[in-house]
Amino acid sequence: MDQVKLTIDKREVVVPKGTTILKAAATIGIHIPTLCYFELKGMNITNKPGGCRICVVEVEGRRNLAPACVTEVMEGMVVKTNSVRVYNARRTVLELILSDHPADCLVCAKSGDCELQDLAIRFGVREIPFQGEMSTYQLETSPSIIRDNNKCIMCRRCELVCNEFQTVGALSAVDRGFQAVVTTAFNQKMSHSPCTFCGQCVAVCPVGALTEVDNTPRVMRAIANDKKTVVVQVAPAVRVALGEEFGMKPGSIVTGKLTTALRELGFDYVFDTDWSADLTIMEEGTELIDRLTRHLNGDKTVKLPLLTSCCPAWVNFFEHNFPDLKDIPSSAKSPQQMFGAIAKTYFADKIGVKREDLIVVSVMPCLAKKYECAREEFIIDGNPDVDFSITTRELAHMIKQANLDFETLEETDFDSPLGESTGAAVIFGTTGGVIEAACRTAVEVITKKPLDRIDFEELRGLEGIRAATIDVDGFPLKIGIAHGLSNARKLLEQIQRGESDFHAIEVMACPGGCINGGGQPLNHGDAEIIKARWAALYEADRNFPVRKSHENQSVMTLYKEFLGEPCGHKSHELLHTHYFDKQKVIEIKAD
Amino acid sequence: MSSIKIQISQNTRSKIEEICKSYNYEQGELINVLHKTQEYLGYLPAEAQEVIAKEMNIPTAKVYGVVSFYSFFTMVPKGRFPISICMGTACYVRGAEKILDEFKKQLGLSVGETAPDGLFSLASLRCVGACGLAPVVLVGEKVYGRLATDDVKGIIDEYKNSADVI
Repeated sequence: MDQVKLTIDKREVVVPKGTTILKAAATIGIHIPTLCYFELKGMNITNKPGGCRICVVEVEGRRNLAPACVTEVMEGMVVKTNSVRVYNARRTVLELILSDHPADCLVCAKSGDCELQDLAIRFGVREIPFQGEMSTYQLETSPSIIRDNNKCIMCRRCELVCNEFQTVGALSAVDRGFQAVVTTAFNQKMSHSPCTFCGQCVAVCPVGALTEVDNTPRVMRAIANDKKTVVVQVAPAVRVALGEEFGMKPGSIVTGKLTTALRELGFDYVFDTDWSADLTIMEEGTELIDRLTRHLNGDKTVKLPLLTSCCPAWVNFFEHNFPDLKDIPSSAKSPQQMFGAIAKTYFADKIGVKREDLIVVSVMPCLAKKYECAREEFIIDGNPDVDFSITTRELAHMIKQANLDFETLEETDFDSPLGESTGAAVIFGTTGGVIEAACRTAVEVITKKPLDRIDFEELRGLEGIRAATIDVDGFPLKIGIAHGLSNARKLLEQIQRGESDFHAIEVMACPGGCINGGGQPLNHGDAEIIKARWAALYEADRNFPVRKSHENQSVMTLYKEFLGEPCGHKSHELLHTHYFDKQKVIEIKAD
Repeated sequence: MSSIKIQISQNTRSKIEEICKSYNYEQGELINVLHKTQEYLGYLPAEAQEVIAKEMNIPTAKVYGVVSFYSFFTMVPKGRFPISICMGTACYVRGAEKILDEFKKQLGLSVGETAPDGLFSLASLRCVGACGLAPVVLVGEKVYGRLATDDVKGIIDEYKNSADVI
């Protein structure tokens, strides 16, 4: 590739042609401030509208200042990133943004993790000289996401992920000039839009315009209520990300400290969503085996490929966009909901507590889980299977508030019986993990032989769409994997056209899967963090003595004592669900 | 868990479908589709935007983004007699703002609004190419030039009376 030589702050640098000034400067350790710019390397997410102008630099011979994030280098270019002219311009830009931004940092949900606040600190802003009109938008709350458009700085990152990466199209920039803002069609509620509550808009928002619904006060009230028994379940991806909130390095596996912290917080039983992930595999795997067997026996009515159904944002997505395919996904509930259904029946009976006196809390890397547990079909006589879902970030706040020194906490285990799990369950937290776990069980059950290998390397990776063929005693089992709803859309359109030859497809809505869910510690555009969490999940898997879901003894006991057999009558009642057509209907009315 | 319903008349739906088809459902033609639809309906109600979004396979939010961005598009039905005051440079320096203020006062409307009885709506626009007649006002397609604030009442009455006759 052609190389270009230029000078940045009196230092020579050689970079490939087409590199931006921003990236060229970064190669020699000069970090030009940015705000609207956002990139998740390797995940096909790049937002560089060149709109905020915080990254302006001086280019010799050029009349005006150049935005570094979109200006490509040229041979012999002389760039100054730290001249007085640049300082003044950046400061003015920042002051103008701040002049229409609420200065309520003390009580803002994003405080301490806000990129605008960081810039104000970095620039040492002490006053906002521009006084003028302020935006006055109404706060909008949905089951998962809170939108405060008064804080929107029009970086348009959310619009990019919602439209380009997720192809959901719930958000768009509307209006112009001072009124310009990112919102839904006709400023309707998010629950009236095709929003899937994946929360990636929240994950990329640099400020407090998009934040999660905070359920921690409700959880704390439940814990404080002596009449209630409070059970908590923790999703796999939480244990490889929570440490970051306490300054630990990305990819730290903090399972043991996490369980201790939850006990210190006062939860009566500390259980694991990994347990119900194993249960999910028993149900979903059995469904896959059943559909495959029928298919091989020539049954033309059987629907293939089977699509995974663990990810609630993905479920929302096909309900909104592909209702014609709603019979294809596995009918198995997600691990969060399976856990709730079993906790409030089997476990409640076991400990002699009435359903209404048992509170189930979930800690999830996800915002759509908040929406999921509030879905009508998961509420029985006004009592939800899962009462409250909180994110990894919300749990971190609870731990900090409880004066716990997380890093030095001693390590403990999950409680029994809903705390036992396997390596197959822990990899549910990453793209490819659910289908690998399913393969470990399905292949062994079909061939009736122990697997000669447990690691299905061909299913792993972070490419948006992956395909692999697994040999099952001579039968080529074709697996598709997609993460990011734009990628899922491509696979679904293939199915609609009748061109898909996959037997099973795993879909996760977020880039990387749950490790990078909307409820995780913010990555601020550092894809290395996601890779570290990804590697940590596979490490956790390797560390398990048991790595196949059907060898989870506690789950086997559940079938023996309570459920009977996978996909049996009781399972169908408690562990399976159905999907709805949520596409907007255009009705004809009389003239 | 039912889906959201949008209601629209058969005629409007067919017309919008026809317009979208005439532009071959090309997403790049959205603005033209919106123009044609507004020409037909007089404005772009949310329901019409929903149908356009569905036909063109563009998110409704994006369609609304375009409609709200361009001042030519309106989501409010215009009055039977739409009044537009030219605020182009020539008209502006010859007192268009005072004329606009007078219309606002007489009609009790702000720019972009339509009277509850649907008779008048008020809009401002940029240069109609009749600078020699500045300041210029359009009522429907009729042009009134060299106006003074005193003329405003007469114009309004002219249309009020014609409405009474009809």
